[in-house]
Amino acid sequence: MPLPYSEIVMEHFRHPRNVGRIEDADAKSIEGSPACGDMVAVYLKVDPEELRITDVKFESYGCASNIATGSIITEMAQGKTLEEVKAITWKQASEALGGLPPIKTHCSVLAVDGLRAAVQNYEERHGLVKKRVPTTVEVVRKRLKRVMNPVVGLDLVRTNLVEEIEVTDGTVRVVIDLPPDHQFAANIREEIMEKIEPLWDVDKVAVEFTE
Amino acid sequence: MFEDVIYFDNAASTRLDERVLEAMKPYFFDTYAVATSQFGYSLGIDARDALDDARARVAAALGAAPEEVIFTSGSTESSNLALKGVALALGEKKGKHVIVSRIEDFPVLHSARALEKQGFQVTYLDVDEDGRLDLDQLREAITPETILVSVQAANQEIGTLQDVAAIGAICREKGVLFHTDATHSFPRVPLNVRETPVDLVTVTAHLIHGPRGVGGLYVRKGTSLVKWMDGGFQESNLRAGTENIPGAVGFAKAVELVTPEGTARLQEMRDRLIERLLQIPHSRLNGHPTLRLPHNANVSFRFVEGESILLHLDMRGFAVSTGSACFSRSLEASHVILGIGGNHERAHGSVRFTFGRFNQDRDVDAVADAISDVIEKLRAISPLGKE
Repeated sequence: MPLPYSEIVMEHFRHPRNVGRIEDADAKSIEGSPACGDMVAVYLKVDPEELRITDVKFESYGCASNIATGSIITEMAQGKTLEEVKAITWKQASEALGGLPPIKTHCSVLAVDGLRAAVQNYEERHGLVKKRVPTTVEVVRKRLKRVMNPVVGLDLVRTNLVEEIEVTDGTVRVVIDLPPDHQFAANIREEIMEKIEPLWDVDKVAVEFTE
Repeated sequence: MFEDVIYFDNAASTRLDERVLEAMKPYFFDTYAVATSQFGYSLGIDARDALDDARARVAAALGAAPEEVIFTSGSTESSNLALKGVALALGEKKGKHVIVSRIEDFPVLHSARALEKQGFQVTYLDVDEDGRLDLDQLREAITPETILVSVQAANQEIGTLQDVAAIGAICREKGVLFHTDATHSFPRVPLNVRETPVDLVTVTAHLIHGPRGVGGLYVRKGTSLVKWMDGGFQESNLRAGTENIPGAVGFAKAVELVTPEGTARLQEMRDRLIERLLQIPHSRLNGHPTLRLPHNANVSFRFVEGESILLHLDMRGFAVSTGSACFSRSLEASHVILGIGGNHERAHGSVRFTFGRFNQDRDVDAVADAISDVIEKLRAISPLGKE
């Protein structure tokens, strides 16, 4: 068939490996948003002694390139140590898939980012971050760029919903320019907590809404 | 190799009807001369007769006089000529303002953008959530500087029909030329230029089982239009280039083969498919529920992405289209779905099915079954829509 995808990509697209959700995951990440097109979630189970992945699963809201990359990188990560997983590059994933069309690079990179973010999430939750960068307003803002505004499907920062960010003595206060009874308020609060709470020097996250 | 493909992308292009090919053949092998005047040689006179006959038949389908229809290379050229031709004719004389809808297909939309670069001002009119134009907004948008309104007869993606007669009446009242791109509706959705105040109409052959590379432009007698592709004096001196006589003959034959019964059959298939697709949870119809092309169904499915749906359907032998950014060459989500107030997510999961003469009634249930299954599979691996 004259498809732009390699046989390996199509094989992984047809029969993706490691698909699903780990309910009691030790770490997870969500990268992308319906606005950028694709979205990927990665779940990890980690052996805390060896810091080795015992199980990894992913979910994809995306195109063939995204699904196939999610499939191959979870396969590559299975049974590896966190350090080994961090060393997996997009290039390796792409080569293992027999190449990807250049226009599809970003959907594929997203899946690799998802795996890295999940590892980072584990390290943050378990106090394993060695080079500790103190949390600043900029650090928080960067993370909020990964929380989407479900109304339009773009992130909170780009859609100017973040009215205020305050970081004082381990407390992060975020003010979102939506009424507290907005249909997505609870959803947004939860997503912000998930992104900010794991930061090593953050004790408390307060998400407030405007009237 | 593609014998078994069930093709539901007839708004992209269609399979040629054998009867059209048969009608065209003599003009490749026997009467292959260029059209000459009655003082030319016999072969050229015969060719001219064939061209005149084809023109008369395409014109009749619009209720137009034969000399009001010119043949072009397709609807892209027709719409370019309409917009740029009117701009050349009236831009300096009358004004530099053009009005189009936000959901026009690229030939009109990008011609309008090209005019903007030439110093024209373009108003892009909004449509409602069904894709229908706001007539009051149109009325207010027209200024003394306005030279042309271009609003499609039917939308390429969501199939919504516009009220061409009402739009035309407003333009007529305000003394502004009106072009409609009827690429997707002609001749299945009747449009009679004797009864409808429209000055320019774009039509094409390849979406009704005719050949590619031939289209037409209706130009109401007396309409200010300047030729912009230079060359010979063909097509009433509005479109230079050796006439595509086999194409014109094929176009006329394709028009003749469109019948109300055939169109009613397409509409039955459309309605049956829409009914089946809307039974899938978290699905919604894009476009107007009734004022839509008889052969277009467009549905968005939440939590899944269009390219993935399309590839899975392809593996099962079905050809469809999607408004997902992942599928487009530009990686931009459909401007039509965004234009009707949809978000990227709705474009992401939109699937367009367009029917043609060669679809069988049984194909409708087959594709409905297949897509239900594909969507269930893709939703199972999606991070969205659970809890």
